[in-house]
Amino acid sequence: MDGARILELVQARFGRAVVETHARHGDHTAVVDRAALPEVLRHCRDEPGLAFDVLMDLTAVDYLKYPGREDGPRFEVVYHLYSIAENHRLRLKVRVDEDDAVVPTAVGLWPIANWLEREVWDMFGVRFDGHPDLRRLLMYEEFSGHPLRKDYPVSRRQPLIGPRI
Amino acid sequence: MAETTTRREIMLGEGSGTGTGQSLTVGVGPAHPAMHGIIRILADLEGEVIRKADVEIGYLHRAFEKDCEVGGWNNAIPYTDRLNYVSPLINNFAYASAVEKLLGIEVTERCRYVRTIMAEISRLCDHLTCVGAASMELGAFTVFLYMIKAREYLWELVEDVTGARLTISYGRVGGVRADLPDGFADKMRRAFKDVREVLAEVHRLLTGNRIFIDRMVGVGVLSRAETIGYGITGPLLRAAGVGYDVRRAQPHWAYDRVEFEVPTQTAGDNYARYLVRMAEMEQSMRIAEQALATIPGGPVNVDFEGRPIDPAAYVDQGKQGRTEGLLLVPITLSPNLQGQNRRVYERVNAPDKRVLLPSKETAYGSIEGLMNHFMLIMEGFGIRPPAGEAYFATEGANGELGFYVVSDGGDRPYRVRCRPPCLMPMAALHRMIEGEMIADLIPTFGSVNMIGGELDR
Amino acid sequence: MGVGSFFTSKLDEAIGWARKYSIFQYPFVTACCGMEYMATACSHYDVDRFGAGLPRFSPRQADVLFVVGTISHKMAPVLKRVYDQMTEPKWVVAFGVCTCTGGFYDNYATVQGIDTIIPVDVYIPGCPPRPESVIDGLMKLQDKIAAQTQRF
Repeated sequence: MDGARILELVQARFGRAVVETHARHGDHTAVVDRAALPEVLRHCRDEPGLAFDVLMDLTAVDYLKYPGREDGPRFEVVYHLYSIAENHRLRLKVRVDEDDAVVPTAVGLWPIANWLEREVWDMFGVRFDGHPDLRRLLMYEEFSGHPLRKDYPVSRRQPLIGPRI
Repeated sequence: MAETTTRREIMLGEGSGTGTGQSLTVGVGPAHPAMHGIIRILADLEGEVIRKADVEIGYLHRAFEKDCEVGGWNNAIPYTDRLNYVSPLINNFAYASAVEKLLGIEVTERCRYVRTIMAEISRLCDHLTCVGAASMELGAFTVFLYMIKAREYLWELVEDVTGARLTISYGRVGGVRADLPDGFADKMRRAFKDVREVLAEVHRLLTGNRIFIDRMVGVGVLSRAETIGYGITGPLLRAAGVGYDVRRAQPHWAYDRVEFEVPTQTAGDNYARYLVRMAEMEQSMRIAEQALATIPGGPVNVDFEGRPIDPAAYVDQGKQGRTEGLLLVPITLSPNLQGQNRRVYERVNAPDKRVLLPSKETAYGSIEGLMNHFMLIMEGFGIRPPAGEAYFATEGANGELGFYVVSDGGDRPYRVRCRPPCLMPMAALHRMIEGEMIADLIPTFGSVNMIGGELDR
Repeated sequence: MGVGSFFTSKLDEAIGWARKYSIFQYPFVTACCGMEYMATACSHYDVDRFGAGLPRFSPRQADVLFVVGTISHKMAPVLKRVYDQMTEPKWVVAFGVCTCTGGFYDNYATVQGIDTIIPVDVYIPGCPPRPESVIDGLMKLQDKIAAQTQRF
């Protein structure tokens, strides 16, 4: 299905929950409201024409230092969806504030969301509501802070053993 | 998993579950003898059967995504080498293509072919290492030695083109570092002949081998639905019956101009994955040969007309400002790495001044070239893609390797995300090994081809 | 001092000779350097002709700890534990620049050189080091083993 058509269908079905869409560089993207996210994801997966059976990637971006968006919602959680049968892609994004960084989980829809959401929690500190086991994936539990946030300095080490250099 | 098979009953006595009821937790790793990298699998055993497994990763987290934000766009290339370090060329080119998508530039035709050839050679190296290491863990040490020998032939080839064996930093945003060298076609033909001999030997040793079949068939099965649900792509998905290959589905570089098959199996077990990888190696060689035969610009045949000039004298002249006519003079430098023959350089690099460093003759021989070089190298300048985001995916050796890049209009990446193809099978590993015996963990883990650099980034 | 020290020094040399040509390595392989380690150990560059071809995958049975590849802070306690479990005489080879100094990974996750945690005998820089460098480092280690006072 043509990407523009996918965006049309999603917008027609969810109306104002779809905050904005774009298709820059050929990647069809829709920004949705957090409250509508579980429904949108389920619709994308189960609707026969869309059939997004693969959650290719789930990640986040910290817009703290982005020129022009320093005052807006800090985190954007990005979902890359793909359909094997239809061979089309969609990118969905959700914006959350720093003090309310919670997003509903997608674990019930795609089992891979378990680890991908753990990684987002580990690196950015965005919680996933309903996740069965939200703990760090790549860093050790004693690590404090969320390293991929823009305000975490790249070489601040927290050694478990050895000198503090 | 709930029913014990006859084979299990024989091996476990009266069937599992009739023991004392105590379970043993075995921690496999993180310092693991299998040369795969560092993973920790906490396996709760009941007798020999794994009842529950918890996989812990992150022991090789090297902050790839954070480090990419520190320097310029091309600075990330050496970091991408070390993602999937057995097939580094694919990572380079995928990242470069993602940034090119963001910039909206097209690479030259010849560059597409060069990228295809080098990516397929890299894929060969990866599959050789995977099958070799997996067989070694089953006790087939000879196969490992043969496959590493084959990989050495390919690494000699890669070294000829890029200058290094493993961490090659060959891709650039807008092209590649340098063109294929003289005599590459012959060397590649010879290397592939040797690799085909090795593959034939390995087929004779392994494919019909009773012990190998017993250990791999029916082990580590993951159903088609679960494979898709876990986002698994690549050889594991194709071994489960789904013929999804990014090279076919979204053709890029030169993949739509060559003919190749996408091998699939249906069993979804370790043996199927082995067969898929062996078949893919043959297809990779086929793609590289076709691409080399039809590469535009002909074979790299640099012929110098006019008088050759000593490179040191050329640079001196340029520095002294005596640049009249300097751009017209050809230099006899090695066309591969030591300087460029401008024609050759321009064949594989996009004609975009905002992105590509000028060839050495231009940089040393003219003021415009020098300024162009300066504007790309100095801090605060450099490649500046417009603000926005782009996702580019290619078929890595383990599956769909995607790069999601976000730019804020500056000279440093704002966010670089690598979609690691081997994270998905590792997330599903506990499903593959629960219900299997502890010894079955080894071939399953080997056939997943976990590469630590890519998994933990 | 006398005839006694002649015999002990000859014995030292003999034991040194035996120890240097029977290296049982523990390859603590983490990352990309592991690929060059495999290449060095296999047929093309063959480290077995130096007597170092048999890796022992238990620290109790090994004498040289080859730390191959980047050590992250999550892995550091494991490395220390493995080193502590090895019995004397033991040597450590830092293989690859990530183990020597942290390499170009100056970030929150990487140990800036394993010599901050365990004592190192031979440093083999390179990213990854060519097999010829590895063999050079191994030969330096052999010289070191042969030259030291042997305790037994």
